[in-house]
Amino acid sequence: MELTPDSNIIFAVFGIAVNATIVNTWIIMAILVATSAIITRNLRPDVPPNRWRTTLEVIVNGIVGQIAEVTDRPDPRVLYFAGTLFLFIVTANLLTVVPGFHTPTASLSTTAALALSVLIAVPMFGIGSRGFGGYLKSYLEPSFVMLPFNIISEFSRGISLAIRLYGNIMSGAVIAVILLGVAPFFFPILMDMLGLLTGVIQAYIFAILATVYISSATAVPESADTSAIEKETS
Amino acid sequence: MTDLGLIAAISIFTAGLTVAFGAIGPALGEGRAAASALNAIAQQPDAASTLSRTLFVSLAMIESTAIYCFVVAMILLFANPFWEAAVEAARQGAGG
Repeated sequence: MELTPDSNIIFAVFGIAVNATIVNTWIIMAILVATSAIITRNLRPDVPPNRWRTTLEVIVNGIVGQIAEVTDRPDPRVLYFAGTLFLFIVTANLLTVVPGFHTPTASLSTTAALALSVLIAVPMFGIGSRGFGGYLKSYLEPSFVMLPFNIISEFSRGISLAIRLYGNIMSGAVIAVILLGVAPFFFPILMDMLGLLTGVIQAYIFAILATVYISSATAVPESADTSAIEKETS
Repeated sequence: MTDLGLIAAISIFTAGLTVAFGAIGPALGEGRAAASALNAIAQQPDAASTLSRTLFVSLAMIESTAIYCFVVAMILLFANPFWEAAVEAARQGAGG
């Protein structure tokens, strides 16, 4: 039994093997881009919104609302980043019910790439809001003793992001396959429904955690204000 | 018992043990988290939406420790590196 779609080579270009993970990622990207492009083609004020555009607006407004609840200062760039992550992961996880489609999020390479993009985005947002020195200084809080632990936590949060998503989606697929051999008719459907639920929840958690990490990196440190007050009082 | 048989037996036994022990801690933790969330909802029904959202996120984060154990068990069962190495060594020893 294969655990990931990585070993399933579709075709090779110039000696570079293109496996099912990459092809399925392209399929999901094409679905997302084509759907959005077709729906927003007539995006003018004089055209009344149809049901598809309303659906898209409901989704985007929901993401905006969730981000606003987590961060104290909403930033449209966080919406682009976390919203794209959420839409990609939720589409990939929901497509597990399509027969013959191996979802790319069941491969550790895809989830590691997504977690790596979060790991790179967090310092970029931090530097963008606080400046380079200000961001580096955040590693020295609350004291310089915590420097190695802050660096370790940065990497461990990336690893846990990748393995959490991979483990959840892969376990759903593996359990469905095992149950197909044990109790073939009714039980795998129930486990697939559970897999759909966990897929949506994991996509939500991935996006929310990315938002939380970014907002904690961009947050203005409160200690600066309190230390200024302490200086005035002393 | 041959090397291959020993590796297979220990891998299968350890995979079961990994899932068993890895399920205990998250199960207790998730039970506590759900009980506290239900208590909080009973006290403040108005905050039910915020509480259930936080509950879902924290449940998934607690559950990820069990998922790590499951991933380790799956690696032991289906992608065992020691098994591959032993099979390769046996093939070379047989003159293949």
